[in-house]
Amino acid sequence: MSNATQKDERQTLVHRVNFIEGNALSIPILKILQADGTTYEGAIEPTIDQQLALKIYDTCVFTRVLDERMLGAQRQGRISFYMTCTGEEAAVIGSAAGLDQEDVILAQYREHAALRYRGFTTEQFMNQMFSNALDLGKGRQMPIHYGCADLHYQTISSPLATQIPQATGVGYSLKMQGKRNVAICYFGEGAASEGDFHAGLNMAAVHKAPVIFFCRNNGYAISTPTEEQFAGDGIASRGVGYGMHTIRIDGNDMLAVLAATQQARAYALEHKAPVLIEAMTYRLGAHSSSDDPSGYRSKEEEAKWREHDPVQRFKLWLINKGWLKEADDAALYEKYRQEVLDQVKVSEKIPCPSLDELIEDVLDTPTPALKQQLAELKAHIKKYPKAYPKTSGRD
Amino acid sequence: MPKMNMLQAINEALTIAMETDERMLVFGEDVGHFGGVFRATSGLQDKFGRERCFNTPLTEQGIAGFANGLASNGMTPVAEIQFADYIFPAFDQIVNESAKFRYRSGNEFDVGGLTFRTPYGGGIAGGHYHSQSPEAYFTGTPGLKVVVPRNPHQAKGLLLASIRDKNPVVFFEPKRLYRASVGEVPEGDYEIELGKAEVVAQGSDITLLGWGAQMEIIEQAAEMAAKENISCEVIDLRSLAPWDVDTVAESVRKTGRLLVNHEAPLTGGFAGEIAATIQQECFLYLEAPIARVCGLDTPYPLCHEKEYMPDALKTFEAIKATMNY
Repeated sequence: MSNATQKDERQTLVHRVNFIEGNALSIPILKILQADGTTYEGAIEPTIDQQLALKIYDTCVFTRVLDERMLGAQRQGRISFYMTCTGEEAAVIGSAAGLDQEDVILAQYREHAALRYRGFTTEQFMNQMFSNALDLGKGRQMPIHYGCADLHYQTISSPLATQIPQATGVGYSLKMQGKRNVAICYFGEGAASEGDFHAGLNMAAVHKAPVIFFCRNNGYAISTPTEEQFAGDGIASRGVGYGMHTIRIDGNDMLAVLAATQQARAYALEHKAPVLIEAMTYRLGAHSSSDDPSGYRSKEEEAKWREHDPVQRFKLWLINKGWLKEADDAALYEKYRQEVLDQVKVSEKIPCPSLDELIEDVLDTPTPALKQQLAELKAHIKKYPKAYPKTSGRD
Repeated sequence: MPKMNMLQAINEALTIAMETDERMLVFGEDVGHFGGVFRATSGLQDKFGRERCFNTPLTEQGIAGFANGLASNGMTPVAEIQFADYIFPAFDQIVNESAKFRYRSGNEFDVGGLTFRTPYGGGIAGGHYHSQSPEAYFTGTPGLKVVVPRNPHQAKGLLLASIRDKNPVVFFEPKRLYRASVGEVPEGDYEIELGKAEVVAQGSDITLLGWGAQMEIIEQAAEMAAKENISCEVIDLRSLAPWDVDTVAESVRKTGRLLVNHEAPLTGGFAGEIAATIQQECFLYLEAPIARVCGLDTPYPLCHEKEYMPDALKTFEAIKATMNY
């Protein structure tokens, strides 16, 4: 391979004007699992045993139930906001399952299933969504903005693509620290239009950071379809431009996602270099609880994608393997429905963090000016306790 | 006059501006077919076609740079940044490019036709990234105009003036009021002059100054004060850059007291600039220090949003403290 630098003398020369077509590169899609739960002929399954497979499936079911129940809770006014992962479970969980527990996850916001896979408890999810005193994020961010240092899952920030160059920094630091770990960075095909995408991937390739850039190409950035987002061959083609190891996969195919992530991780560690994975999937739900997709896409289109349900496809594979029975599946859904419902009732009753938390963590210690502001606020609330029911009368 | 909400008033202004200026384009994330996440650009694509109203890829720096390029070549771009919290990738294009295009070229080039529209402000349970009021980052940049409307009538007239102004304008829309603020809006084409504050209510004891969504809060506080026989003069600044020093100073010379209210954090907020200028202009008329009722010096919080906000009760208390100084 030649390298278009002034020092490289191996570049091929031509003497007639000859442009390369914008569509010259056409990247194939890796598929392993068929709709009926059998694998394609000649396909090679990833490294997976029954225990791993059932852990993946358990996370799928939990995520489905959580999304269904919490979207309902949002509709009832119990929480202010929600975002579902529905339709993209294989992309998120299959990739999380291909990692080491200490690989660092930098997510966009629709990847709570990866956090669950790592071991985030139902109670921890609920405490965040109800912004209560036990929320690790101290009630400061909107629902679904999870983060957990113990699980190596950096806290979600709503601005899009900011996590991409950060992942490059995290990956580079893992290399400097001599750890056998990588960073994985999740983002959507919409976020890949941000300048931070270019900055992050280019720096990772130049500085050889062990990072898996995992794009969930789910068809829409809120209302904007992919054809209004980019004109080239998706996101994967850009990886080649950065000189990066790249693959495109069926994001609704759990085995393809797992296989690609396992191999991407091995490559990133061995070569101390980044890898780009573009997972082709579909956001079956709305962008968020504030969105209504009927304004920009048809029911027919959604129905077509519902037939490609990633959880159903993986379930059929498990049943074919003899690793799951229908009765066990039904019991699993029932178990999580009850667990989520019970935890909602507990978490929504826990009060919000104390007022002192309002000024903590702005800097490592609050400034005198900020302490003064808090003192004035407390005196004000003491004077008008009824106007501030969440925090009055608590200290 | 027909009654409408602020989104409808903004939509009317955009429609009129597009009808009267064929060089005008409206673009941003989701603004095309969908009409924007708040529906401010609803129907514009149907009416004016995809070449004049369209979705952009998801890139604020791209949107701003594209807008600069269009404006530098004689077009009238009206670019939407979906939330003011997401304007920062575009900061370089706005601060270093839009604001300096005319000055750096000796007026060989300018981007005067350019307007950025962006929803700002809290009170909607939006947490850190759907609540901020970043106006002071822009008022500190010579070369930009900064405008904030308080109701539908003002929004339509100020937006039409901003689009037609010969300077780049950052137009902050109070999203808390998008649907909540409903009022009479004149039909047809009209402009409200930029750079002019409006005395919303006459009073004699203290001047209350604000802009955007906080005007409602200030008016509530003024009503509470009236019950204690305190007469408040209420002023909507409307334009923050340039701002109407004369109207504010004239009021403060009459009342002897000034309170400024904004949602952005206290430190570095635009109230500081106003206070410094007014003490210069009105030093011998002041009966009390200029009061600032603002957001706390923290990132915008979710669960403590109510406590964080410079609400009517805090404003009322500051009015009394200023009166009793």
